[in-house]
Amino acid sequence: MLEAYVPILIFVFVATGFAIFTLIMSGLLHPERYNKVKLEPYECGIEPETDARDRYSIRYYLVAMLFVIFDVETVFMFPWAVIMDELALFGLIEMIVFLFILVVGYVYAWRKGALEWA
Amino acid sequence: MLEITPTHYLVLSAGLFMIGVIGVMVRRNIIIIFMSIELMLNAVNVNLAAFSQQWQHVTGQVFAVFVIAVAAAEAAVGLGIILAFYRNKETVNIDEMNVMRW
Amino acid sequence: MPAGFSAADFYNILPELVLTGGALLVLIVDVLTARQQRGLLAWVTLGVLVATLLALLPFSDVNTVASRGLLAIDGFAFFFKLVFLLTALVTVLMSSSYIEVEGLRAGEYYFLILCATLGMMFMASGIDLITIFIGLETMAVAFYILAGFLKPNRRSNEAAVKYFLLGAFSLGLLLYGMSILYGLSGTTNVRELATVLASQERNALLIVGLVMVVAGIGFKIAAVPFHMWAPDVYEGAPTPVTAFLSVGSKAASFAMLLRLFMEGLPFLADMWQPMFWVLAVMSMTVGNLAALTQSNIKRMLAYSSIAHAGYLLIGVVANSSRGVTAMMIYLLLYVFMQLGAFAVVVMLRRQDVAGDELKDLSGLYFRYPTAAVAMLFFMLSLGGLPPTAGFMGKFWLFSAAIESGFIWLAVIGVLNSAVSLYYYIRVVVFMWMKEEALGSPIVASPSMAVALTVALAGAVVFGVYPRPLFELAQESAQSIGGVAAAVSALSF
Repeated sequence: MLEAYVPILIFVFVATGFAIFTLIMSGLLHPERYNKVKLEPYECGIEPETDARDRYSIRYYLVAMLFVIFDVETVFMFPWAVIMDELALFGLIEMIVFLFILVVGYVYAWRKGALEWA
Repeated sequence: MLEITPTHYLVLSAGLFMIGVIGVMVRRNIIIIFMSIELMLNAVNVNLAAFSQQWQHVTGQVFAVFVIAVAAAEAAVGLGIILAFYRNKETVNIDEMNVMRW
Repeated sequence: MPAGFSAADFYNILPELVLTGGALLVLIVDVLTARQQRGLLAWVTLGVLVATLLALLPFSDVNTVASRGLLAIDGFAFFFKLVFLLTALVTVLMSSSYIEVEGLRAGEYYFLILCATLGMMFMASGIDLITIFIGLETMAVAFYILAGFLKPNRRSNEAAVKYFLLGAFSLGLLLYGMSILYGLSGTTNVRELATVLASQERNALLIVGLVMVVAGIGFKIAAVPFHMWAPDVYEGAPTPVTAFLSVGSKAASFAMLLRLFMEGLPFLADMWQPMFWVLAVMSMTVGNLAALTQSNIKRMLAYSSIAHAGYLLIGVVANSSRGVTAMMIYLLLYVFMQLGAFAVVVMLRRQDVAGDELKDLSGLYFRYPTAAVAMLFFMLSLGGLPPTAGFMGKFWLFSAAIESGFIWLAVIGVLNSAVSLYYYIRVVVFMWMKEEALGSPIVASPSMAVALTVALAGAVVFGVYPRPLFELAQESAQSIGGVAAAVSALSF
């Protein structure tokens, strides 16, 4: 019955235990010497200019929304791609019609300036 | 070996669905209410996938694919509506929706 | 072509194909034309709707199943598609002046109207849970956007947010119920559902699924206690959208309801009949009582439309071919009276007047007599006074209930109609007996005049001479009522 899950249980214990062990050990062993550079979010790389909790441009949401719509249409393309052989030309034409409708929407969004950044 | 039966899936989806319904009822932030609704739709997807497996045909999976697509379309439209609301009102708290009452 | 499909499948959905192509055409025309030529869009939209209507006409006598049992092309679907196209046509006619006053983007507006119509058409012919759901969402998503179309207007924003949240919530309930029905039967086809589930034993899960579906549809038809979105959405949305929403979305949701319950779950009638009569009684009573105190016309008409959902549910409770016929007649008559009433409200919207308060109607008779007389007809018709169309509709609905043995339900309906007369007559009192309201003169654009004429003609002609309508509805109801009658004959 439940024996099959024993390895998973052992894995969970080992993983949690290791994480706790390393945290405690490093807390005990490391020296505590702070300076200004060390307290920055990133010790190397580009220096942060402003606070990270800033407002995004409203444009970002518009593009994100358009992305969500056009991205999800792939769920219809995967099943089609899998049985493309069986559907043959009929499937291809159907998919072209489907994409045409999407393209009309895309062109509309484009021409109405939804993709302009500024 | 513990077998995962349709009942298990049903319990999971019922749990997800209840979390969604309770979220819609008690939360005041429109975005979080919307996330709870998405949770309800995903509970439906769990159900559909499980039943599809049980009956050994793909109808349920096709249904689930359409639910996913529609949920995405709704998300886009919903976020647009919420943005329009926010631009006028500077809040996404549902208690502030008080222009019209009775 | 894959097995099971043929060219006939494409021919059978010709009206829908025309409408889809037409909707895309509207978007393309909007992108290609300059801002000054936007008047063209209304003409294109009207053309598309008329073309769809012409493509639909050959299907009046067809009774077949298309696309491997996804769609039923029968008299029932034909009748409802006629109702939707008529509603869309009148809505487009009354929209053009409103769009100008509010400065709306005409292209998107007409595109969304067409998309909503397309969704409704699929709801009426869908006999598969998946098709019904897709149709419902095509319509609902379009309406979410349309409700919030007045972007700088806070009431419109609020309407859209409320409609969206409650609509999505009700969709969750409906889908969960549908997934349970699918899980118990192993099919998503509504007609197969009937045969498979009828032979099974009833269990708790089936009841949960049924309750969820009833609740989900209850939201869509705005039946009490699932009505709380309706008054706010009706008040906040642009007036032509409110008109389209209150007629089109209601008719489509009732079509879906009839398909699901009369074709799919007739053997559970003893379980859903009590649920629906509770909804019917509550909708009629709460709707009418709340309408009594309203000062906003759109809000008053919202509560009145909740009450009308209650009247229509009587036809569902009757669960007979006669009940379905009565509902179909009532829905078609409702198109004329409700759209007509809203057309007058749209006319009151001018550059300087919002025009949705009851007092804006004051002295309308002295400023614009034709509009006032038309409004009088629509109000009396909605109230169900003879010899108007509304009286005929109510008469058939109540007699269907009496025939099925629900005499007390018919009595409650009649009592409610009497209560409702108070607030309908109040509108008339404002138009005739109050001082004239301020504001610029009221003018009807040519398209608005056509819309009003169509609505008035329908409300008057079918009130006096209802025979052709009755025959059409009776014939159309055969394709769905036959199933219900056969099954109810078995169970009694």
